[in-house]
Amino acid sequence: MLTFTLNGRPCSFDAVAPETTALALLRGRAGACGTKEGCASGDCGACTIAIGTRNDRGGRHYHSANACITPVHQLQGQAVVTVEGLAHGDGLHPVQQAMVDQHASQCGFCTPGIVMSLFCLDHERRRRGLAGPPDDDAIEAALGGNLCRCTGYRPIRDAAKRMHTLPAAQLAPEEASGDPAPETAADSAGFHRPATRADLIERLRQHPQARLIAGGTDLMLAHTLALEPLAPLIDLSAIPELQHIDEDEAGWWIGAGVTYSRLEPLLADTHPAFLQLLERLGSRQIRNRATLSGNLANASPIGDTPPVLLALGARLRLNGIHGARELAIDDFFTGYRRTALAPGEYLEAVQLPRLQAGQRLLAWKLSKRREDDISAVMLALRTTVDDRGRLVNVRVACGGMAATPQRARRVERQLEGRVFEASTLARARAALAEDFAPIDDVRASREYRLNAAAGLLTRAFHQLNTHPAAIPMTLEEV
Amino acid sequence: MRKLIQPGTSASTVAPGHAAPHDSAVGHVTGRAAYIDDLPGPADMLQLAVGLSPHAHARITRLDLDEVRRQPGVVDVITAADIPGVNEVGAVYPGDPLLAEGKVRYAGQMVFAVLADTLDNARRAVPHAAIDYAPLDAALDPVASIAAGLTVLPEHVHERPLPAPALDRGATMASDTQTSGNAPAALAHAPHVLAGEQVIGGQEHFYLEGQIAQAEALDDDGLRILTSSQHPSEVQKLVAEVLGVSLNTIVAEVRRMGGGFGGKESQAAALGALAALAAQRSGRAVRFRLPRADDMQATGKRHGFHNRYRVGFDDSGRLTGADIELIGNCGHSPDLSEGVVDRAMFHADNAYYLGDARVTGHRAMTHTVSNTAFRGFGGPQGMMPIEAAMDDIARHLGLDPLDVRKRNLYDHERCETHYGQTVDQPLIGELIETLEASSDYRARRHAITAFNATSPVIRKGLALTPVKFGISFTAQHLNQAGALLAIYTDGSVLINHGGTEMGQGLHTKVCQVVARELGLPLERVRISATRTDKVPNTSPTAASSGADLNGMAAREAAITLRERLCEFAAGWLGVPGESLSLADEALIAGERRIGWHELIQQAYMARVPLSATGFYATPEIHYDRTTGRGRPFYYYAWGAAVSEVHVDTLTGEYRVARVDILHDVGDSLNPAIDRGQVEGGFVQGMGWLTSEELKWDEAGHLLTTGPATYKIPTCGDVPRDFRVQLLEGHPNSQATLYRSKAVGEPPLMLAISVWSALRDAIASLADYRISPRLDTPATPERVLTACRALHEAEPSTAPEPDGTTADAPLAK
Repeated sequence: MLTFTLNGRPCSFDAVAPETTALALLRGRAGACGTKEGCASGDCGACTIAIGTRNDRGGRHYHSANACITPVHQLQGQAVVTVEGLAHGDGLHPVQQAMVDQHASQCGFCTPGIVMSLFCLDHERRRRGLAGPPDDDAIEAALGGNLCRCTGYRPIRDAAKRMHTLPAAQLAPEEASGDPAPETAADSAGFHRPATRADLIERLRQHPQARLIAGGTDLMLAHTLALEPLAPLIDLSAIPELQHIDEDEAGWWIGAGVTYSRLEPLLADTHPAFLQLLERLGSRQIRNRATLSGNLANASPIGDTPPVLLALGARLRLNGIHGARELAIDDFFTGYRRTALAPGEYLEAVQLPRLQAGQRLLAWKLSKRREDDISAVMLALRTTVDDRGRLVNVRVACGGMAATPQRARRVERQLEGRVFEASTLARARAALAEDFAPIDDVRASREYRLNAAAGLLTRAFHQLNTHPAAIPMTLEEV
Repeated sequence: MRKLIQPGTSASTVAPGHAAPHDSAVGHVTGRAAYIDDLPGPADMLQLAVGLSPHAHARITRLDLDEVRRQPGVVDVITAADIPGVNEVGAVYPGDPLLAEGKVRYAGQMVFAVLADTLDNARRAVPHAAIDYAPLDAALDPVASIAAGLTVLPEHVHERPLPAPALDRGATMASDTQTSGNAPAALAHAPHVLAGEQVIGGQEHFYLEGQIAQAEALDDDGLRILTSSQHPSEVQKLVAEVLGVSLNTIVAEVRRMGGGFGGKESQAAALGALAALAAQRSGRAVRFRLPRADDMQATGKRHGFHNRYRVGFDDSGRLTGADIELIGNCGHSPDLSEGVVDRAMFHADNAYYLGDARVTGHRAMTHTVSNTAFRGFGGPQGMMPIEAAMDDIARHLGLDPLDVRKRNLYDHERCETHYGQTVDQPLIGELIETLEASSDYRARRHAITAFNATSPVIRKGLALTPVKFGISFTAQHLNQAGALLAIYTDGSVLINHGGTEMGQGLHTKVCQVVARELGLPLERVRISATRTDKVPNTSPTAASSGADLNGMAAREAAITLRERLCEFAAGWLGVPGESLSLADEALIAGERRIGWHELIQQAYMARVPLSATGFYATPEIHYDRTTGRGRPFYYYAWGAAVSEVHVDTLTGEYRVARVDILHDVGDSLNPAIDRGQVEGGFVQGMGWLTSEELKWDEAGHLLTTGPATYKIPTCGDVPRDFRVQLLEGHPNSQATLYRSKAVGEPPLMLAISVWSALRDAIASLADYRISPRLDTPATPERVLTACRALHEAEPSTAPEPDGTTADAPLAK
């Protein structure tokens, strides 16, 4: 039995197929059609809902999610708010009122999703007692995953800047209601929801071929776009032990259930270049569900985080029916969408290595569109500049340049131990073409990949050398 | 006596003619506004899915669907052989079979349909088809098609003096020409001549609500089609033809669309027809919704164009002649390509007097999806060559591109277009002067030039580009509209008209018109779904004409009723009819004021008819395609935009930093809605020219079949500094609806300023001496390619972004 609250009202459903999406259940059996399907792939945001979880201080935190690719079984015990749940009779929620006041809907089809993204932003800001309007960065981060084809976004942005001025009515209907059910419950057929690591390993033993799912932001597309059966599925999202971020001397171990959104505060303190990259990975909705481990285990050649972790020299902790082991990330990717994970094994935690004194991390992604786009080219570089100006312990990795995310070892050799001067750069740029033979595909041509990756090396050259502060070297610096 | 209904309380605050919110705004933000897929269907409603062609061009040698029929939940499988009427859903010319018959002509073409109890079951059954194809040679390059004589429609010419007579209208003709003089001679004698070539990419509509229709039987052998269509009358007609029944048995209904943009003008009909056919065969309600990937493969897009241009000009940059050749990639069938390429030709001048000019339009056939209407309808693609030429001329002469543009604008002297229409209200000169000042163009130009001279990596670009857009359907007969207005005994008003609501605020504007004519608060007036059984024979809601046409028709109906009410009241009150008026929810008779509700009740009791129709046909327009001359447009709408971009020359990535727009809507019907159209159109145009890239493989398969690979602008792509103003104080010179102007399409082309600004930034790499070629969409990849080409052609004196040639840097 699947149980959660929908707009404050407890509801239960039985015989829910394992791959069922939240959107299918909402629009179908729950009869709540305010939430729209625009793409069924988590790319347009028309299906955005808010999922509420209790936080440490007893309040409820809402995060936005794409209902179209959220497995509905993961809603077990959660408080779900949809666009139908915000207004009270004729009284609109401040977000809704601001949208009306600013003429922020035209065809209206994307509007419910936009309202829900703004609801999450507004709720969080009120909860944290933030005064005044959100700034442009916050608005873009909240709305980057919501496509609108009509308005050109300006009135939506204005609504985002005005919503705080409207009286905070009862902000969410289920605030008062208690949790309807434990977040974990008995499995549904084909959808296993272990609550402990031991339980997980037991399920893996029983179903060694089962697919693991955490955020599901890529896996679910096989079902929504191609109707592939996915079961049996083993869900990692309800295991508290996998939700940890553990610090040790070498860095931090990021549990397999930790979403990107939860990782952001740590990165802001320790790896700002990684955080900047993350801001261009997927959308708010995706980052609220997707995990670092998932990005690695998925082993896409165009995953955004593997090049960074390769450049950082991260280690990985694997666990499973044959016990735990550690692996250098260099040994993890074994081929196109293939990894060192054995049947019955899962990626338990990813190490985020601490940057040593003097160490620099640079990481950039190139894509057709700034937000919510898959990279054409990724380049990450970690090095120390020693007191004689030489680059030491250089690690460079690229994405989108080969069948797997891959180190650029010839580039590294050209840089290692050398002062980063123009001649060094020229040799490193030339070495890129020896390291990689990228392909033409829908996102970029071979030539662009090589030229743009070389451009990123030049950018690194500018970043690691001093230049007059008045001259911007990146768009962010303008 | 039956008791009359009492009126509800009305709390009017919104004055007609002002920024009333969208009539569905509250429905949108609460999720209560329903789209077709949200409607509760009958319990036994069935769902359709379609099998698409995997080949661009092939003969079907075997079509075995038995295994499909055996799949769980499948109720029916439909092929071309099952069509009782004609297998044709072409909008203007034949060529678009509902289901492929014998041959497939593009990858993604609908071949068969599966009807099942659920959408998933229908979709799951599709791959079980056993279909053999014998592949045929596929034409995939429009330029090669023109060379080989492969066209969907004949050639056409605009030329002055009149061209060689009576162009052959036969099917072997490949192009159209419009000319305004002796272009070859003008070019031969011009002090300067430049030539260029450009490839302009197409565009996916990406309406957020995908194509959908629902059909259900009525109890009298008729069918009702709920359709997400800009053209319900065409859906009605094509459904009737496919089923082989008369039009009066079919009702097509549109409450709202989740976006249209032209993509639901002709393309929605196939869904309606297939749903209707399935409903007729099964006797059950049928819903047909295309999943996004199917939608993107099966339905048409904006035409890609391949353009060539030669311009002659004097030392000041003023044009003396132009020869412009436009090749539109129409896809496999004509669809609306006749009008699309015509409109491209009509807009080859954009806002400039071309001098002696010849414009030739070609309609290339390729084995790809048939391209269709998309906001601007060819106009945007047609403007691109002359805007490219303006920049090219400026680089050639060492002038600011704005000065070259200003020297060539239409004015009161040079005001005849290359197709012979006089531009009677050339506002563009004044509009640009105003915008140039308000955007601080000159100072910013100076600052940007200085910045670029010392910036090795980041380059800034600035451009001001104008828009002139002709308003009217170029197919004259479409410039008509009807409305039906009813006043009920409680005084509430219901208006129905032929236009459809796709988000553009048409219904809101029409309600405002009726409220204004009847002196009522907006809350008294309501609009119902567009239905072909209420207002027949409607035109598509397209060509920016929705409010111009339907608003006028509604106004006519309102005036009829107003006059009828005043005539009745004159007799009732014993006063002259001329002394009466309707205002502030009342009849005003000198000092006397009779409330609207009382007036209506009295009129009803006196048996005054309280409903009326209205009709409008645009006057004065005509166009002779045999000569390529006439007055196809009732008037022109004007606008201009200044865009500033920042380009990273190492990677090709860029940002649009600031945009200033001044746009002409005549006297605005609703400034909030009009501004929304201007901003939304601009951003959609920016997407077309920048990030929205359609890609096909070598066999003609579309690769960009969803938002993961096809990137429309997001919130963060829109300039944070976005200053939009409507031009005030210039009512339309023509007698349009309250002297307003259409606003749906014209703003899209304001985005050409972004493209021109990108070229400006790139040109800085060669000290503005070279005009870079920049095909569209100008993705980071194309921008980087253009940057590299300029570096190679002429290394700049400015610092090199590529550190290889820079001075040895300081080590840290």
